[in-house]
Amino acid sequence: MLRYVIRRLISLGLSLLLASALIFSVVELVPGDPASFMLGTGAQPETVAALRQQMGLDLPLPLRYLHWLGGVLAGDLGHSFTYKTPVAGMILDRMQVSLPLALMALALAVLIALPIGMFAAARRGRAGDTGVMAATQVGIALPNFWFAMLLVLLFAVKLRWLPAGGFPGWDHPAAALKSLLLPAVALALPQAAILARVLRSALVETLGQDYIRTARAKGLSAGQALSRHALRNALIPVLTIMGMQFSFLLAGAIIIENVFYLPGLGRLIFQAITQRDLIVVQGAVLVLVAAVILVTFLVDLSYALVDPRLRR
Amino acid sequence: MIRTDRLAVGIGGHDILRGIDLALPPGRITGLVGESGSGKSMAALAIMGLLPQGMAAEGRVELDGQNLLELPERELCRIRGKRIGMIFQEPMTALNPLMTIGDQVAEVLRIHQGLDRKTAQERARDRLDRVGLAAPRFPLTLYPHELSGGQRQRVAIALAIALRPDLLIADEPTTALDVTTQARILDLLKGLVRDEGMALLLITHDLAVVAGIADHVAVMQRGTIVEEGPTEQVFRQRRHAYTRALFAASTHQPRLVLPPAQPRPLLQVEGAVREYPLPRRGLAAPREILRAVDGVGFRLDAGESVGLVGESGCGKSTLTRAILGLDPLQGGRILLDGQEVRAGRAMAAELRARMQVVFQDPFGSFDPRWRVERLVAEPFHLTGLPRDWREQVAEALYEVGITGDAMRRHIHEFSGGQRQRIAIARALIIKPRLIVLDEAVSALDVRVRAQVLDLLARLRGSHGLAYLFISHDLSVVRQITDRVLVMEKGRIVEAGPTHQVLGQPQHPYTQSLLEATPRIPAAWQAHIPVNGLALSPPAP
Repeated sequence: MLRYVIRRLISLGLSLLLASALIFSVVELVPGDPASFMLGTGAQPETVAALRQQMGLDLPLPLRYLHWLGGVLAGDLGHSFTYKTPVAGMILDRMQVSLPLALMALALAVLIALPIGMFAAARRGRAGDTGVMAATQVGIALPNFWFAMLLVLLFAVKLRWLPAGGFPGWDHPAAALKSLLLPAVALALPQAAILARVLRSALVETLGQDYIRTARAKGLSAGQALSRHALRNALIPVLTIMGMQFSFLLAGAIIIENVFYLPGLGRLIFQAITQRDLIVVQGAVLVLVAAVILVTFLVDLSYALVDPRLRR
Repeated sequence: MIRTDRLAVGIGGHDILRGIDLALPPGRITGLVGESGSGKSMAALAIMGLLPQGMAAEGRVELDGQNLLELPERELCRIRGKRIGMIFQEPMTALNPLMTIGDQVAEVLRIHQGLDRKTAQERARDRLDRVGLAAPRFPLTLYPHELSGGQRQRVAIALAIALRPDLLIADEPTTALDVTTQARILDLLKGLVRDEGMALLLITHDLAVVAGIADHVAVMQRGTIVEEGPTEQVFRQRRHAYTRALFAASTHQPRLVLPPAQPRPLLQVEGAVREYPLPRRGLAAPREILRAVDGVGFRLDAGESVGLVGESGCGKSTLTRAILGLDPLQGGRILLDGQEVRAGRAMAAELRARMQVVFQDPFGSFDPRWRVERLVAEPFHLTGLPRDWREQVAEALYEVGITGDAMRRHIHEFSGGQRQRIAIARALIIKPRLIVLDEAVSALDVRVRAQVLDLLARLRGSHGLAYLFISHDLSVVRQITDRVLVMEKGRIVEAGPTHQVLGQPQHPYTQSLLEATPRIPAAWQAHIPVNGLALSPPAP
């Protein structure tokens, strides 16, 4: 097991290093000089040169990368061109919305998908299976903002149980959770539909295995064989999809964030791109990529927890 | 006592079982023999109440006077695993790979007796000891992948007998195992029946296995029992024509018409070495090397048939891959017609075309989306597609006895024996000098196997083919090879003419293989009229 973890850790470190170099060089290669951009079109060449020197832009590329990497490791992602505030602080603020939202959405998706996938697999080929799978097909096909609008109409406008949008901040935890609930549900539904389908097909394949027959010959009922033997064996593909979904939920919630007026990471990136605030884009992309790599690492570790054959 | 009474199974108006009457009294081993598709596994599943969806059973399966077929599923769950246990053919996949063996055996005790984990584990320990997996070498915390096939089958037996059932059903329990492992598992089953007084229903296609272990035997054909009685009586009398056909096929000797001998070396293996690096045991542990083939040398002449036998893990498959030029050697060399066989693209297509292979699994070695004509024509990529390739494909298929519109059909439309014939046609199409037959008849029923062996013997005579016949089944090797090589732990420990090596084995390993091979007592085979002809017993 230790060997496995160490190997994964090495691969985690290398991926992070490679990703950081890639992100750094892409922003460097984009035409346009940050110094002249910050000073506007009417700036004197001397002023631009002075600022370039101050920002370290006159140094050779590898040195600038190391300089930048050192800053990143110390928590310094640079300053936003437009807001003149530290990028790290901006991202941290947005993460307070995006991270809990993604986690809630993923948890909801799993909670919805698990019983549906198990139900459909237990009734594979019969009417219940066909009906549930048709519903998940619709769930995948319909865009999540449409669900979002329906949820707002029902729970915010008609029943007035939950707010229609906005985020009060974590000073009021109950209110904050309430305002994240509807967007989390809207995000979770399509993901739950995908997850349920993956779980069902993984389960159906597992249920055809010889050891399920052994379990039945032991005296386990069909349901017990499914929950005690098939479920864990079907988890690997489900974990893979969950890892991908989490990455998507973290940054891909932009439409939902807009529908609910949430100050999330997706909106920050969108605004930064429209304003050509490359330092913010760079910082946000770096954080997202690091999150994805980290999640992949965690998924790899969970494989080994599930399957003893991988613990070598 | 468990008995079936006019047990019948059908699916969609089609009969699979017709009126099976079986009595399974305690302490008796009943052999149920027949070919694949005869319904013997279905009979077992019907007794267990585990028939596949869409199949319905009629008649009676009686336990303590009640008819199991009428019980609701909940009640059946209480009987399965407790009163009736079952083990299956494929030990490699019969256990849950994510659960320790201790938990898998303990689960039976927990669901039926509601024991807590600790008590159940203690009992599981006892049962694993009983099947020969004793502590401390086999702790409960082992996972199935840490055990060999024979050891996994012992775990499967341990969980099937954990609650001392009235009946144990064993469906081809040793078919996937080596002969020596098979002998030990059969001994274990025999001992369990004797010690625990349970009934054993042993389902097998292997008459010799039944001869060695069963008290009573029932012969099945197309869903009915055509003959049954005490084993010796059935084996001596062979009243039914089907029983006689089975016996004839199992000892069938193909008739050879050989072209004049050509003492010209076709395949020369000289000091061949194949090594694999093993996964490291610790973080800083040195990488260990497994020498799977350890300095093997032999020669195969043109037109000769040579057998290569040994148990799984002895290195015969690794050697075969090297001979076929699929893996590189770490030492020594392999020559085909005097030219060196090399792995990968270093080997000329023209040389590769002189050697073809037929594998064990006739379905897995074909692309299911291709039509037969394309499958059979595939080796032409080594020689270039001739203008008349369709005619050549038709001719190759004709030679193996496949006619009609086979060329336009897909592989799933053929039976196992027909698929293996198509595989042989594919090997023949570019007129090779050598065909490597890797367990090529092991998955076939005795009668089909006899036909394929006849075909191989005929093709050898007509085409002057040489065979390298790899098998764990000594009786088949006896039937089709001139010389035999015995392989153990990467080395060839004995070689010589087949009748000599299998008749007077010199090496202890060969002796142990022969000793473990089940056989029908010679006295039972004497003077049985087959089609009106009296056969003398085969030479000992």
